[in-house]
Amino acid sequence: MKRLNTASLTKALPQLLSLLIILFLNYLAFPGFFEIRLQDGRLFGSLIDVLNRGAPVIILAIGMTAVIASRGVDLSVGAVMAVSGALAATMTVSGYPLPIVILTALGAGLVCGLWNGLLVAYFDLQPIVATLILMVAGRGVAQLITEGSIVTFNEPGLIYFGTGSFAGIPMPILIAALLLVAAIAVVRRTALGLLIESIGVNRSASSYAGLNSKMLLLVIYGFCGFCAALAGIIIAADIRGADANNAGLWLELDAILAVVIGGTSLFGGRFSILMSALGAIIIQAMNTGILLSGFPPEYNLILKALVIIVILLAQSFTSLGGWAFLKAEFRSKGTNGQ
Amino acid sequence: MISMKRILLTSAVALACAGTANAAGLTVGFSQIGSESGWRAAETSVSKIEAKKRGVDLKIADAQQKQENQIKAIRGFIAQGVDAIFIAPVVATGWDTVLAEAKEAKIPVILLDRTIDTSNADLYLTAVTSDTVHEGKVAGEWLAKTVAGKDCKVVELQGTVGSSPAINRKKGFEEGIASASNIKITRSQTGDFTRSKGKEVMEGFLKAENGGKGICALYAHNDDMAVGAIQAIKEAGLKPGKDILVVSVDAVPDIFKAMSEGESNATVELTPNMAGPAFDALKAFKDSGKAPPKWIQTESKLYTQADDPKKVYEEKKGLGY
Repeated sequence: MKRLNTASLTKALPQLLSLLIILFLNYLAFPGFFEIRLQDGRLFGSLIDVLNRGAPVIILAIGMTAVIASRGVDLSVGAVMAVSGALAATMTVSGYPLPIVILTALGAGLVCGLWNGLLVAYFDLQPIVATLILMVAGRGVAQLITEGSIVTFNEPGLIYFGTGSFAGIPMPILIAALLLVAAIAVVRRTALGLLIESIGVNRSASSYAGLNSKMLLLVIYGFCGFCAALAGIIIAADIRGADANNAGLWLELDAILAVVIGGTSLFGGRFSILMSALGAIIIQAMNTGILLSGFPPEYNLILKALVIIVILLAQSFTSLGGWAFLKAEFRSKGTNGQ
Repeated sequence: MISMKRILLTSAVALACAGTANAAGLTVGFSQIGSESGWRAAETSVSKIEAKKRGVDLKIADAQQKQENQIKAIRGFIAQGVDAIFIAPVVATGWDTVLAEAKEAKIPVILLDRTIDTSNADLYLTAVTSDTVHEGKVAGEWLAKTVAGKDCKVVELQGTVGSSPAINRKKGFEEGIASASNIKITRSQTGDFTRSKGKEVMEGFLKAENGGKGICALYAHNDDMAVGAIQAIKEAGLKPGKDILVVSVDAVPDIFKAMSEGESNATVELTPNMAGPAFDALKAFKDSGKAPPKWIQTESKLYTQADDPKKVYEEKKGLGY
């Protein structure tokens, strides 16, 4: 963890500060915000809610970071979530054993991701168009699987992924944390992260340098689809049913936003999976805060938009060297005054 | 109750058939929106059942949520010379031209589930819809009656912000509890009509109201949100249906399952049977030539745990919800 030096901390400052401010505002709106207790052997409290509800978006953001770092975008993750949830639910109802259900649902997500990767890497479609196809079609596929209704199930094994807990920690949080650690280890302990960044900065140059960028893109999109499938299983397990119309609806936008808040540029290149996860937590902390605050729901979107604008402005201000500029300005003013 | 209704309807049909031989054997074209929700699927299958019961030849065109498909389908029905056209309009405006064509061909048009904005109300025969304000009111009155004067803090899960059922079901509920000063809505948030949002918002409510101890009842604008909220209540260590009363609107099968397990208390039905009353109105119009009223309101029936929820669940399950 040598990377966590002061320089990277300064870079993460706007995000950390925004999270702290949002958490503090939540505390003002609801003094019991930081209370955590054990309920039926499971941690219970608003802070746990933030992580638990944020877990699907954290998982999506992990895959989305890799895609965006390669100068792409994946609009289909919400629809892929619906597909994997629908598959998991209908197969469970038909009596398939849990391991097969999970593997099939994850496999379906992987296939969806590979399909996106194929269109982007080998057919040179623009990522936004290539993944738009599956964004629209995927939900249709999910509706076909569930035949338009909400498929509910009562299989404890599958439900465990949504509402179960291990050592008091809710499963969604645990799954997201494990995936986060694994993903960071893979991209930072190997050259993979660097290779992804190089494709994002200049794909043809990377290819000329001997990088198999097509294969790498395929893998990146496949991984993103896999993440989406995992999130889809969690969301279906959480409500004990697959809702093809609404599962993961608009979550692709939350995932992209999380990556952007985390400071990864939409033009590809340098990325940080950890910061994207932090971005996802910021979004969810804001959502939970709005729910606790008791504002009428008509204000939800306006509040969200305002907070996000402030966060992004603070971020661009920092990256433009705004603080240093202000400091210098202040100093020169000070000397003028003398 | 449903079987009672069926007996009544079938006997009414039998009488009508005895009176006029030509009443059966009608051909009706039905332009359905598409399969946007489980309720819509149930409406389609109930329409088929109701048509079969009356010996009506029902042609259903699925518009896949597009008005242009509906207009095409209506023109197709006019060309085929059907006896009547049913429309579940996907949007409120833009129907005048095609309805004028139907009127010229002397084909009566009946609107199902939704109404339209038109300058000329003569363009359609009648509209069969539910009164969403009334649905909320029935739920509110049930709660007022059930808590019977005791102090009761209610949390409300609203539908999608700005949608007309959300606005109306909220308004109706407030009317229903207006006379009971002991009932107060303390928190109200949108759950977007979905299970997962219903669960998430309810988790927030439970935290904000002292772990749920301050909440006496939950009112959800649809059953799906209630089903999600019921899980949140259980995970907070409380008993839904006992510690927190649960009342919602729609009457989809899953809420009857919850009700049979004692986890939900009441639901107000948004009946998927819009075609039945429409067929009856059409038949009466064809027989006597007297136009029905411009609006036929469907019944907003209240179901509670006393209504054998298990049986209703079995009955509703096969309808495609």
